[in-house]
Amino acid sequence: MDKFTQLKAIAAPLLRENVDTDIIVRIERLVGATFRNELGRYAFEAWRLRPDGTEDPDFVLNREPYRSAQILLALDNFGCGSSREGAVWALKQRGFRAVLAPSFGDIFFNNCYQNGVLPVIMPNSAVQALARQVEADPGRKLVTVDLVRQVVVAPDGGETAFAIDRLRREALLDGLDDIGLTLKRESEIAAFQAQDRARRRWIWAVETGR
Amino acid sequence: MSGATLFDKIWNAHAVADLGDGYALLHVDRHLLHDLGGGRAVMDIKEKGLALRNPGLTFATPDHAISSAPGRAGTSETGKRLLNDLRTLSHEYGVRLFDVGEPGQGIVHVIGPELGLSLPGALIVCGDSHTCTHGGMGALAFGIGSSEVTHVLATQCLIQRRPKRLRVSFEGARAAGVTPKDMILYLIGRIGAAGGTGYAVEYAGGAVRALELEGRLTLCNLSIELGAKMGMVAPDDTTFAYLAGRDFAPKAELWDEALAYWRRLPSDDDAVFDREERIDMAAVAPQITWGTSPEQVIAVSERIPDPAGIADPGKRRAAEAALAYMGLAPGTPIAGTRIEHVFIGSCTNSRLSDLRAAAAVAKRGKVAPHVRAWVVPGSETVKRQAEAEGLDRIFRAAGFDWREPGCSMCLAANGETVPRGERSVSTSNRNFVGRQGPGARTHLASPAMAAAAALAGAIADVRTFGG
Repeated sequence: MDKFTQLKAIAAPLLRENVDTDIIVRIERLVGATFRNELGRYAFEAWRLRPDGTEDPDFVLNREPYRSAQILLALDNFGCGSSREGAVWALKQRGFRAVLAPSFGDIFFNNCYQNGVLPVIMPNSAVQALARQVEADPGRKLVTVDLVRQVVVAPDGGETAFAIDRLRREALLDGLDDIGLTLKRESEIAAFQAQDRARRRWIWAVETGR
Repeated sequence: MSGATLFDKIWNAHAVADLGDGYALLHVDRHLLHDLGGGRAVMDIKEKGLALRNPGLTFATPDHAISSAPGRAGTSETGKRLLNDLRTLSHEYGVRLFDVGEPGQGIVHVIGPELGLSLPGALIVCGDSHTCTHGGMGALAFGIGSSEVTHVLATQCLIQRRPKRLRVSFEGARAAGVTPKDMILYLIGRIGAAGGTGYAVEYAGGAVRALELEGRLTLCNLSIELGAKMGMVAPDDTTFAYLAGRDFAPKAELWDEALAYWRRLPSDDDAVFDREERIDMAAVAPQITWGTSPEQVIAVSERIPDPAGIADPGKRRAAEAALAYMGLAPGTPIAGTRIEHVFIGSCTNSRLSDLRAAAAVAKRGKVAPHVRAWVVPGSETVKRQAEAEGLDRIFRAAGFDWREPGCSMCLAANGETVPRGERSVSTSNRNFVGRQGPGARTHLASPAMAAAAALAGAIADVRTFGG
């Protein structure tokens, strides 16, 4: 998995609530998709493109300098809805490595960590304040997301600390893969299953037929 | 010390290891694969050189990408390839597949309970957010992403952070025309699409206890639309009666063992929840969504909200954008809004009780000439049962299309869409922008409300609809 330590980049304000994963990437772009690296161009297509296929100049990600943003500023419940991990792949391919929002869809939140994308939980007021600074001079006002120090640094130098679970932080900093970590616990899993087969025989009966 | 909740009991029974800070390595009892990601996931462990740890706890069926047309005509080349991959890999790895045309095939969240695979006290996952549906059995069930699917295939376990616990008590009795779908939509309207984020929800109270099992599945199905990836109902005699004799449910002495275990699962009387919500059923009328989030919902007798009257600036902007997308005018009654499509189906509302409720309305008239109305049963078994009691004939006589089981137009992954700018009343779970196809306008409602809309050619109040 890609590591995440520190990122200083353009931040795009997408100040909407309840941005769902269907809007981040449409399902038909994922059906049978073999190459995850082709998904970036489909990110937010219902908002980026008008029905005739041309870009909507009013949409934030179609404006400079936000086309090359790597940080997304969002509101409550970002990534709600469908469990499709393609939403994270599409964001990442589009260049985003961090999303700052007051809350996230639970499944999307987990999916981010599986792909080296950092979801940062920040109060609504802090996200809005960041957006105001960025919008005042979008070309030069970069935002820093520092996972080592667990702070977001605003363009004016103001710092907001954020919390992150130790397990998730360490995995991102070291680029660790969950499967690799769990496979090391094979003996514990085997012991659990052996006990459980005796304790809950009824759950295991499906293994041997009806 | 206070007692344990249903959630706590199941979580604790599945903790293989405590990973600190509220994280646990959890054992997975049932892993369901579908055509959209199942084959790809098995391929993934193959490429990584890993084994499928417990194929006997893994079950597969195609639902997302297959056509719902009679004879499955129109399944895309991609859909066929996904189905073929699922077949090949299931066979290779010894995963039980419920294939097209055989009992057991259907929407993953319909077949799990129907086959008796989904049991009280089980931990169930699937690469689909509506896995919370199985919580209606008294299971701990939740949707996961592709990487987590791979993780489960390789280890039969999953790393999860313990959520907080929310109990929602529905008190009082359901009024006429009010269904489980209306109960959960009403709740989402009350506490918001992010209202349950970070929580495992237990639905309780007299109105939940009174629900038949299928209604509990509908209730739990929309937990994710509340922001909660887990929703559950304590198992009771209704649950046990539903399960008894099902194909994969425990039998004989194992049934007795299971029953003893299941009876200890409900939350203890002195269990403490992190948060409690209470819904007075007297306030719950048949619901219909007007916007592009399930929280944008009103009673069918109400008027479309005026964004100018919404105090919160974020909610106001969202309402303005939603009305523009939906092509609706604020202040007008929502009943009477012309529609062109009706979709009765999805993991929310495609079970036999749903189809009976819709058929009871359908037999009162004919589908309006400008409406395309589809009934897509949730599984092959539901389809056969419905046909055995003549529901298909009622639907067909009224002008509905009677189709093959699958996810179909809920998410349009199989190419079955509502055209741009056209309006549908759907018994599914998401009214998101473009969910039923680019530019499609979706109103969520119960099966009876959807059937009434099909006949009226417009959104209609099922309580006063004459046919």
